[in-house]
Amino acid sequence: MEETAKNTEPVISIRDLYKSFGDLHVLQGVNLEVLKGENVVVLGRSGTGKSVLIKIIVGLLTQDKGECNVLGKEVSSLNEKELRDLRLKIGFSFQNSALYDSMTVRENLEFPLVRNVAGLSKADVKEKVESVLDAVGLLKTINQAPSELSGGQRKRIGIARTLILEPEIMLYDEPTAGLDPITCIEINELINEVQEKYHTSAIIITHDLTCARQTGDRIAMLLDGHFTKQGTFEEVFETQDDRIKSFYDYNFIK
Amino acid sequence: MGSTNKDKVFSKGLDSAFLAVYNGYNFFTRFFREAFRGRMELQELVKQCYAIGYKSLFLISLTGFITGMVFTKQSRPSLAEFGATSWLPSLVSIAIVRALAALVTALICSGKVGSSIGAELGSMRVTEQIDAMEVSAVNPFKFLVVTRVLASTITIPILVFYCTLVSLLGAFLNVTLNEGTSFRAFFENAFEQITFLDIGTSVAKAVAYGFTIGIVGCYQGYNASKGTEGVGKAANSAVVISMFLIFIEEVIIVQVSNYFRI
Repeated sequence: MEETAKNTEPVISIRDLYKSFGDLHVLQGVNLEVLKGENVVVLGRSGTGKSVLIKIIVGLLTQDKGECNVLGKEVSSLNEKELRDLRLKIGFSFQNSALYDSMTVRENLEFPLVRNVAGLSKADVKEKVESVLDAVGLLKTINQAPSELSGGQRKRIGIARTLILEPEIMLYDEPTAGLDPITCIEINELINEVQEKYHTSAIIITHDLTCARQTGDRIAMLLDGHFTKQGTFEEVFETQDDRIKSFYDYNFIK
Repeated sequence: MGSTNKDKVFSKGLDSAFLAVYNGYNFFTRFFREAFRGRMELQELVKQCYAIGYKSLFLISLTGFITGMVFTKQSRPSLAEFGATSWLPSLVSIAIVRALAALVTALICSGKVGSSIGAELGSMRVTEQIDAMEVSAVNPFKFLVVTRVLASTITIPILVFYCTLVSLLGAFLNVTLNEGTSFRAFFENAFEQITFLDIGTSVAKAVAYGFTIGIVGCYQGYNASKGTEGVGKAANSAVVISMFLIFIEEVIIVQVSNYFRI
């Protein structure tokens, strides 16, 4: 009973969201709710505004119109300190990992930790960094530079860097883009492990249907600036809409 | 019809020029707001001082030494016409302290430090590393911009002082080889004409140049866009704009210092 109540609580609530860049109308009335503990996959072709959506959620971009409510707070109305506090609860995994080139893996992980969590001793920091790296299976890379890592390893370290602050919400931007099929499956498994172990809610931006099927509790299809269909993987693709069918047909699944 | 299009182009150009000035002003004022707020990133500041200062030493030594030597060599014939080669040490030292050392150091650092800051921050911007700092609740402006601007404002005056000494050594070498002047006689003669106003002006110039190189490099890199092309553009603009501003500052500071000179 308690579990049911927990799962109907929205952590992200987006209503009638619009965003344009000059004459380019990217988001045109987007509505989306992400419940606590839920992994929502946002599917859509390149350039449909998937990344723009999660950048609005984390406050990197501001919407032109509409509401974007995260953990009960309207993101666009937060002041600098409030936005900083909110961001501590959101983990953002970038498409190209965005690891800091001039730092080692250890320093990449220590960077947000020592600046955001007060009163940690050196031993605490070391223990936390090692524990998160162990969780993504890359403890052995701790002293390596990002340039020495493979694409899959970079993605994992990027995810580890967000996990170190123990976020409540994870935002994954194209987590499997540019990776080989086996590494893609490993990343999908990692996303599910993160959900189980850290009890996170997540939005996963992708156009990889394998990733969508493996990681999504719910799929939302972004077409022409708004969500045309939402539901389970099967519900979304059992459709007569040619645009959704072609998205499925052109993917390798069929 | 043609004039309407011309008007539109002109109006668009004017808009972007005003926008650039407005954005530059905002960046400039944000630097002062952030510099005096919250915890200073001391470790990064020291790292940047090392990168800007220590790693520029060889280049500054070489250019400073050559500048002193060549300037002395080129000045000798004019003084020799009046039989005044004994004035060489004071002439050269005035030129070096008042203008050459600061200008040479600033131009070298503008090319080396300005382009490096512009390219580094530009590449961090286009690879979303700056966004990554922001979403992990770290202030990227404080960590990246404030430390680099402060480091260049602190280290470039030190480099100017060093360049002055090395240039004077270059000048001394030339004078001693040609006139046989002793080290002591050269430097006594050289410093005789130098006033506190000269030293103060040189320090003021060095601080202004250091700040300009740092803030222009950071502005260009921090606001870079359009992928790798944007990184190249940021590095290039950092050098061109900072050199342009350095010459403007040179003119202004010289005018102001001349006002105080009796």
